[in-house]
Amino acid sequence: MALPEAAQSQPKTILTSTDLQRVVDRIAHQILEKTQGAADTALMGIPTRGGPLARRLADRIRTFEGVDVPVGVLDITLYRDDLRRQATRAIGPTEVPPGGIDGRRVILVDDVLFSGRTVRAALDALSDIGRPRSVQLAVLVDRGHRELPIRADYVGKNIPTALAESVRVALEEIDGVDEVKLFGGTQ
Amino acid sequence: MKYLIKGVSVLGRPKTDLLIRDGVIQQGDAKGAEVLDGDGLVALPGLVDLHTHLREPGREDAETVESGSRAAALGGYTAVCAMANTSPVADTAGVVEQVYRLGREAGLVDVQPIGAVTVGLAGERLAELGAMATSAAAVRVFSDDGHCVSDPKLMRRALEYVKAFDGVIAQHAEEPRLTEGAQMHEGEVATRLGLTGWPAVAEEATRARAVRLAEHVGPRLHVCHVSTAGSVEVLRHAKARGVRVTAEVTPHHLLLTDERATSYDPVFKVNPPLRTAADVSALRAALKEGVIDIVATDHAPHAVEDKECEWAYARPGMLGLETALSIALSVLGEDWDLIAERMSRAPARIAGLSGHGHDPVPGAPANLTLVDPAARRGGGPGRGAPPRPHPRPPRPAPPPPAVPSTRRSRPPAAATPPTRA
Amino acid sequence: MKHLLSAADLDAATATLVLDTAAEMAGIAGREVKKLPTLRGRTVVNLFYEDSTRTRISFEAAAKRLSADVINFSAKGSSVSKGESLKDTALTLQAMGADAVVIRHPASGAPHRLATWVEGSVLNAGDGTHEHPTQALLDAYTMRSRLGRLAGLKVAVVGDVLHSRVARSNVALLATLGAKVTLVGPPTLIPVDLQTQVSYDLDAVLPDADVVMMLRVQRERMNDSYFPSEREYARRYGLDGPRMRKLPEHAIVMHPGPMNRGMEIAPEVADSARSTIVEQVANGVSVRMAVLYLLLGGKP
Repeated sequence: MALPEAAQSQPKTILTSTDLQRVVDRIAHQILEKTQGAADTALMGIPTRGGPLARRLADRIRTFEGVDVPVGVLDITLYRDDLRRQATRAIGPTEVPPGGIDGRRVILVDDVLFSGRTVRAALDALSDIGRPRSVQLAVLVDRGHRELPIRADYVGKNIPTALAESVRVALEEIDGVDEVKLFGGTQ
Repeated sequence: MKYLIKGVSVLGRPKTDLLIRDGVIQQGDAKGAEVLDGDGLVALPGLVDLHTHLREPGREDAETVESGSRAAALGGYTAVCAMANTSPVADTAGVVEQVYRLGREAGLVDVQPIGAVTVGLAGERLAELGAMATSAAAVRVFSDDGHCVSDPKLMRRALEYVKAFDGVIAQHAEEPRLTEGAQMHEGEVATRLGLTGWPAVAEEATRARAVRLAEHVGPRLHVCHVSTAGSVEVLRHAKARGVRVTAEVTPHHLLLTDERATSYDPVFKVNPPLRTAADVSALRAALKEGVIDIVATDHAPHAVEDKECEWAYARPGMLGLETALSIALSVLGEDWDLIAERMSRAPARIAGLSGHGHDPVPGAPANLTLVDPAARRGGGPGRGAPPRPHPRPPRPAPPPPAVPSTRRSRPPAAATPPTRA
Repeated sequence: MKHLLSAADLDAATATLVLDTAAEMAGIAGREVKKLPTLRGRTVVNLFYEDSTRTRISFEAAAKRLSADVINFSAKGSSVSKGESLKDTALTLQAMGADAVVIRHPASGAPHRLATWVEGSVLNAGDGTHEHPTQALLDAYTMRSRLGRLAGLKVAVVGDVLHSRVARSNVALLATLGAKVTLVGPPTLIPVDLQTQVSYDLDAVLPDADVVMMLRVQRERMNDSYFPSEREYARRYGLDGPRMRKLPEHAIVMHPGPMNRGMEIAPEVADSARSTIVEQVANGVSVRMAVLYLLLGGKP
């Protein structure tokens, strides 16, 4: 994602800390609405930033409705289709949510939806852990440019982008700050 | 046929002209002589190698008398002593005469065969040493090199027996029980690499015994390829007591250490093995001081398949003829008199080669070597990046001037490890 | 990481990465579907010049769980037994498109030579008396999972260190990871220049050890005068019940296998709760998956 310094224009803030909280609240509400109170539902975050996002959503759902949604983490490194294109990646932990995923509705959570390849890998990874009743997808940002027939069920914000641009999500838990920025391509 | 080498420096002395006629250096009328420009060159007595493996008969795929002679000529040698571990072994008058004849046919350097001490190098009974001595090859040096005459009684008999014709036993010292399966110098590197060690004591104890035996029965003893500081001490004491012992060191033992085995490239596998840095500096000091009398190459070529394999399965041996002089120069410096002593006069004396080892002055046989001290020859690879071994030395161009028994050599001044084997 | 030839080549960060990756791989062993698509289309050749069913099966299981294609090339009954050189075999494997070659060989350094002849990765699965790096990694993994750490652990390696590739790899790796190793055995079987602590007295070492690693002692060493008799060896350096009870409460007993029960280790010890011998086998697959992934999982 890193572009040469000279090729970058000033990054544009898309979501501030307050915006980001509002967006997470909205997704939590949508999940409650669409799943009739999040019964039989588990959230699985895709590392790195999907993990904390999933926990935030679970936290909001608990606050709004008093429902405890189990949360897990799904590392997809070993299922990527681009392993041979990059240096070896360190693999992260996979945590199956308490109670497992069999027969449940699993909502995958990620920060940015782009080509759809990460989600494709996540679907493969998920099927090796168990057999959910259904799988949905929640993302903070959808920036377009899909390369696979994949769409999100819950979208925090749609951001039309150019291919040369990049979207970076920062979260308090990892980056010390909540914000989403758009880094420009050549202009 | 006459040759005139103009403006050459004999052993580093002021420039002079050398007239060669009928294989002898002469004074007198140079008219009609073919003139060779000797400007900037140093004339040395032709180098003599007391320890060469020419592999013929038996392993002509590794080296022949002819290819080895070419390598020798290229390295500045006018005579080489061919070790006996051929197939069949040079343990009869027939085999030594064959090698001698092949050397004459190649006609590039004098090839002086060395005879085996024991039949088939088996270390069990004496070969017909007298028959070899009186053969056309007139063998004076006897050695089971590659094997050690480890039976002390047999060693004693051999030392005594050769006194009858002023022979000399050249001993490869290796206590066989202490070196079973040995792959490299026993020490920290061998432990780390998991290669069976060849302990220094296996050489030193055998040397000490041989020296005492020689002292007891009184003949000449020559010590092959000294490789350890402990062996140097044994020699120092023996010489102080007046024992008639001479000793050689190889170029590779003056240059390389056991650290080279870290690559597991068998090009560095040699017997005796490369030792430690402390051994290398003891050997260098001993060579300067004269405790070690000569540099001998232990030039030991092998077929490519015997080196491009696992370390333990590879045959030991390095090349040396083409690089020995440059390594000696790097160790001894441009002390031409000392170079002549260690690489020509003394080895010629030990081997009993009366036509060699004479400084190139009027009256001397024209066995001489011209060295360009400023020349660099890019034969050797850089340190630590040895190329694939070659089956044999590259065929050099024929030695430039067709002077009978005269060799011209342009060794690289920078010492490079002998890496082809 | 291009090859894994020697545990001595691993720095602390890389070794820790292998152990951490292995921990994730271990999670997969507990799943219903014990297979990952990660190395689909990659070819791993097991080139074994020594019989070692255990190690070969472990590598095979690891490669298959990562979906690599596995070719087993055993020296027996192949062109190798007809005298083909290692180099020619290497060129053959190269032509077959081997992405990695796992080699077990009786000559020390054979994997290093192989690595100069093939383009793919070379994994040393034991070479002569040199090294067996994946064994050391699985041993370190086992220690870490049982005792929670490696730094500062006191590890006694007991037996024929001189001829042991397992010992060499462990000494190198444990030093890198901050454990303190003491070599224990008769002086004839302990090299003095491995730059680690040495003791000839097992009883003196046990009360302070966190880990005791028993090495297999080959009976033929007796015939080469390394020690007088099996009985004397077992009495001085074998780990039996009374000796085991001298260990601290938490200490574990390891053995790379195969064991000589009654020689270096008593059955009572091998089957005790301190023994990690079965765990070591299971951990072996996870560690080898981790190594295969780290060697083959990225850009070639």
